[in-house]
Amino acid sequence: MGRTLVSAIIAAHSSQKAMEGEICQVKVDFAFANDITGAPAAESFREMGADRVFDRERCALLPDHFTPNKDIASAEQTKKGKEFAREQGMLYWEVGRVGIEHAFLPEKGYILPGDIVLGADSHTCTGGALGALSTGVGSTDLAAVWALGETWLKVPPTVRVDFRGKRPGWVTGKDMILSLIGRISVQGARYMALEFGGEGIESLPMDDRFTIANMAVEAGAKAGVFVPDEKTLEYARSRAAREFTPRYPDSDAAYARRETFDLDTMGPVAAMPHSPDNVKPVRECGSPEIDQVFIGACTNGRFRDIETAAKLMEGKKVAPHVRCIVIPASYEVYNAAMDKGYLRIFTEAGAVVCTPTCGPCLGGHMGILAAGERCVSTSNRNFVGRMGSPKSELILASPLTAAASAVTGRLTDPRDVMSEDFFKNLEGK
Amino acid sequence: MTNSFSGKAWKYGDHIDTDVIIPARYLVSSDEAVLGKYCMEDIDKDFVRNMSRGDMIVAGENFGCGSSREHAPIAIKGAGCSCVIAASFARIFYRNAINVGLPIFECPEAAASIETGDEVAVDPIAGTIENRTKGMTFRVAPFAPFLQELISAGGLIPYARRRLEERRKGA
Repeated sequence: MGRTLVSAIIAAHSSQKAMEGEICQVKVDFAFANDITGAPAAESFREMGADRVFDRERCALLPDHFTPNKDIASAEQTKKGKEFAREQGMLYWEVGRVGIEHAFLPEKGYILPGDIVLGADSHTCTGGALGALSTGVGSTDLAAVWALGETWLKVPPTVRVDFRGKRPGWVTGKDMILSLIGRISVQGARYMALEFGGEGIESLPMDDRFTIANMAVEAGAKAGVFVPDEKTLEYARSRAAREFTPRYPDSDAAYARRETFDLDTMGPVAAMPHSPDNVKPVRECGSPEIDQVFIGACTNGRFRDIETAAKLMEGKKVAPHVRCIVIPASYEVYNAAMDKGYLRIFTEAGAVVCTPTCGPCLGGHMGILAAGERCVSTSNRNFVGRMGSPKSELILASPLTAAASAVTGRLTDPRDVMSEDFFKNLEGK
Repeated sequence: MTNSFSGKAWKYGDHIDTDVIIPARYLVSSDEAVLGKYCMEDIDKDFVRNMSRGDMIVAGENFGCGSSREHAPIAIKGAGCSCVIAASFARIFYRNAINVGLPIFECPEAAASIETGDEVAVDPIAGTIENRTKGMTFRVAPFAPFLQELISAGGLIPYARRRLEERRKGA
């Protein structure tokens, strides 16, 4: 019986047979933590009696959640992580040169096809867009990887997800992954891997693939992986910080289950409060009035996300009662959006553009909601209290839907604001 | 994991996520005592005030879904819970609980039978969960052999320390 992509990657990193269900010791190619998980990882690392990380060029610490630090406590916590990183001589980037870890690391070529990547953040699964087994763990697990260069991984069963047909311009990666989570539920892939393929993926930009892989964990999955194609390899080759070996599933791979979607008939969807699987077509959500729109996060703060939102908002105004917060996920995205004039489109529309940070997504800072407030967000979770008050409401949607909603002041299908020609022109590249 | 536990159950539903176990606004500390004060605050603001040391959290499917924050099992420990019994756990929470030494038991039947206020006893060695209020006993599936090794080593920190010492000797 053939191997799935995740099984093939584990087998290549282990001396064990790596049969499904087996717990394998695997070598890790890259391991990172952030300003929340880094300090406790450093503490665990010391408790393990470790004195140096396994490889300075493969271990990283990225301040992105509460930074630029929101208060004294977060400053102290970030400082602990920074001191550890400097003491170890490992990879570290200061505010102004970093960005949200899951956007920044692939940009800099630290997550590559065929890799095993461990990150002390659940959205580490974003790296799966590159055909890597990239998965989230806690701080102690990460500390052990920094110390040993290896970890344990169970070879998971794989759900194969195929997207068929031609994708209309109003269907983004976000609509695709929300549709999947809506169908299989927040535990539909628990303890499993998702493997994405199908001809509908071929034309899908890398940025949309990152969005899809990012939310694999919202279906409970260990990883959400794309089979590498020419687009993946081109992206990786142009950025790679080191050598890599892409892996592929066998043609007779044994999948636990298959899910198929037809893109031709798909439309914009939203996850209504308070679960990422409470998914409906935007037009069936009753156009609730909103107080805030957030376009950003490791889910949707990439260039294409910022670009499509800007194009929709060009020449329009944010509804008077709405706050619209736009956060490019990295400085590469920020600068590219600035060069193209997109940031100006946002500010002229009455939106605020902030420095790269995870801030609002986790209710950290720069966009906290009060009781009774409702936000349309391009982030990945709408749990109770996720973005502030436990009495606030969060609706998850694509950057197009978020931008359309900012303009109307209500949750809005982008097709109700823009013509079909607009969406055709979005598919320029 | 040698001792047995008994206490009162606090029952919650499916998909209890790490944001309600310990909201992000408290993640400026990883101290067990500090985090314990806010455990479950966004779903049950009186939980910490009403529970007693040794009580247990019982929940449905997918307990601990969401963020990778190890602060979630640490907060549960810090609140004084002896263990968590659930129909199933989210993957990262499962690993984190083992790593920080929070006993967890995956048992859908026990989780379904237990209600808030029930007196529950758990014997991890015998692999049983007893609902004393209802007079029912359930068997818990044992951990995989590698996880048993990890648990008997005292968690991931002593396990990693041992691996590092072996390497130093081998070198």
